[in-house]
Amino acid sequence: MSFGSHMLHLVVILFAAIFTDNILLARFLGMCSFLSVSRQVKTAVGLGFAVVFVMTFTISLDWFAYRYVLQPYGIEYFRFILFIIIIAAFVQFIEMAIERYSPVLYQNLGIFLPLITVNCAILGASLFMVIRDYDLAEGIAFGLGSGIGWMLAIVAMAGIRERLNNARIPKGLQGPGITLIIAGLMALAFIGFTGVLSSR
Amino acid sequence: MIAQKKTGDVILTAVWGDNPVFRQILGICSALAVTNLVLNTIVMGTAVMFTTALSGLTVSLLRKWTPRIIRMMVEVLVIAFYVILFDRALKAYWPDMSRNLGPYVGLIITNCIIMGRAEAFANANPPGLSFVDGFFSGLGYALILLCVAVIRELLGMGTLLGIPIPFFSSALWDRWIIMVMPPGAFFTLAVIVWLARTVQRSKQVTSGGNK
Repeated sequence: MSFGSHMLHLVVILFAAIFTDNILLARFLGMCSFLSVSRQVKTAVGLGFAVVFVMTFTISLDWFAYRYVLQPYGIEYFRFILFIIIIAAFVQFIEMAIERYSPVLYQNLGIFLPLITVNCAILGASLFMVIRDYDLAEGIAFGLGSGIGWMLAIVAMAGIRERLNNARIPKGLQGPGITLIIAGLMALAFIGFTGVLSSR
Repeated sequence: MIAQKKTGDVILTAVWGDNPVFRQILGICSALAVTNLVLNTIVMGTAVMFTTALSGLTVSLLRKWTPRIIRMMVEVLVIAFYVILFDRALKAYWPDMSRNLGPYVGLIITNCIIMGRAEAFANANPPGLSFVDGFFSGLGYALILLCVAVIRELLGMGTLLGIPIPFFSSALWDRWIIMVMPPGAFFTLAVIVWLARTVQRSKQVTSGGNK
């Protein structure tokens, strides 16, 4: 494969992860924080950035761990535990580093970091990377794309929910119910992207 | 411990009163992802019941020896252990199903329900009761998954467990393809949450709103 077509391949993976195969709206990962932290655009943006950052880095770390630790010893089934530990350790480390070197960033981003360890989108992206047998560059493109896709979805949802405060919603449907319906409509809109990339 | 909890109460609370999906809106990632086919859902539900029950039992057995500060770590490891067992078994005996479910079996580890039960119940209760609580929390979850899956497969494909259903698979029924696609999962779950919450609300009102 020439360099140019390889780059194109990576761009396709990136855009597929953002639009046609959105990790939240098509793969349903990271729903817990999606439902609970989507009340305000500001917090949604903060959490979104944290997810993009952590996902891109942990997916590369997980790739190295899988390729150079788990595969040589034939213990691929330990990936669940190893990936979780790597994600938790990475998040903890970043939290300490940010707190030490950038108090401003810590104030904006720091509170979201603990939430990320339990965000199943992060672990899910790494598991997809293993299943689809991505190489390192593909993995990073996929991690970045998934993170951006997740952020796009949660920010859009927060924007809609801010407006919902004025709407009259049936009692039983308030909160999670209406959020799920909106998510369904968003997923429907995202289906419109199908075919944009696969037509090639 | 204040007043020994009755097994029956534990079961009822786990399946209905505190149902993880519509009461607490936890762990719905997999509830949405695997419910396009009833068969996938049954296997997934079994995996969750297996893990909640046994991890509840184990965490409860270990609770006297677990220092409080590392208990989350211990809980994650216990849960991961059972998930790996299930994943290995599935891969060995039913490889097709393992491929269908993809990463979602592994993602049971980050399913908040299991962690939640370990944290909220197994940590403070005897092993037997924790096992029951875990099992029926898993069952409550599996039942909701099953409802979603039945609706989606029936309306979307006209089949149940792959078997054609008389009216829905005939030419009279226009299949709602949308139901087996992602949006269908969101809509179905939303309606179920809506119904369950409305029923629970009206019950609370009649019983004087004791909750």
